[in-house]
Amino acid sequence: MWTYNKILQYPINIKCTDPRLAKVIISQYGGPDGELAASLRYLSQRFGMPDQTSKAILNDIGTEELAHLEMVGTIVHQLTKNASIEEIEAAGLGAYYTDHGVDVYPQSASGVPFSASVLACKGDAIANLQEDLAAEQKARATYEKLIDLCRDNPDVVEPLRFLRAREVVHFQRFGEALRGVQDKLSEKKFHMNSDLFLNGKNNNCMFQ
Amino acid sequence: MLNEQNRNCNCMNNTINLTTDDSNMSSCECDNFNKTMYEMLENIKCLNFAIVELGLYLDTHPDDEKALCLHRKYCKEYRELTDKYQKVYGPLTIQFPCNKWRWIEEPWPWERGNF
Repeated sequence: MWTYNKILQYPINIKCTDPRLAKVIISQYGGPDGELAASLRYLSQRFGMPDQTSKAILNDIGTEELAHLEMVGTIVHQLTKNASIEEIEAAGLGAYYTDHGVDVYPQSASGVPFSASVLACKGDAIANLQEDLAAEQKARATYEKLIDLCRDNPDVVEPLRFLRAREVVHFQRFGEALRGVQDKLSEKKFHMNSDLFLNGKNNNCMFQ
Repeated sequence: MLNEQNRNCNCMNNTINLTTDDSNMSSCECDNFNKTMYEMLENIKCLNFAIVELGLYLDTHPDDEKALCLHRKYCKEYRELTDKYQKVYGPLTIQFPCNKWRWIEEPWPWERGNF
């Protein structure tokens, strides 16, 4: 289970409203490489991991991504709160305002609502961890593009830089977890679907 | 491991600098009560970050004694500081007992200016 901590992981105090930036940053809330996708990806994949390291790392990084989701939502909220209708229109957020007002809705920068189709649970620890490594790199690349776009607003750039740095650390940890899983799978008598064996079903395990 | 340790130590130092820079932000923040609150919160965030970061590192390096020792140290400091903070400024988690229900007090973390 989870317990809410009534603090942000990194302080966010944006002094100037700027809905133009909110329009692009929202991609890291509900876009294809965003924090919602990241947390759901890792927290769903953790059930099928074969060793204690990969279970723990997916659990803990998935949890940290929830804190990042809150940070990105906070940035979007602070950039749009009290924005005038003219500012919202000028930012190209007229369509968004029609459907969501200034609520924070999980969608990509191009307006596509969040979909679980941006993540995979392949039933294969190696495939899953490789996807996680790629996901961290894509998120890092997205943050770098956002930092370029927000260059004139240091209140926004600072938390984005923090979030970018976390992607790099997560990539490192996933790499270490992947090496552990590869070692585990190369052990001679490890059965990926051991519960199927116990049920007496005939299953040709590739690691036997 | 040395890099990990340095990163955490830098984080602690940065935050202490940040809180001293914050002192001239707005009139209400000059108030001593709030200033102490901000300083404590910054330190809580900092310790929390160090614990999260060490936690991930220890997931893949469970035998690193130095990291384990740092984790123990920061957890102890975190517990002491959050205990002190919550007694004065209200709960940070729902597990903190109150005589008056202060959990609903604003601002929430996403609300401008206080966190």
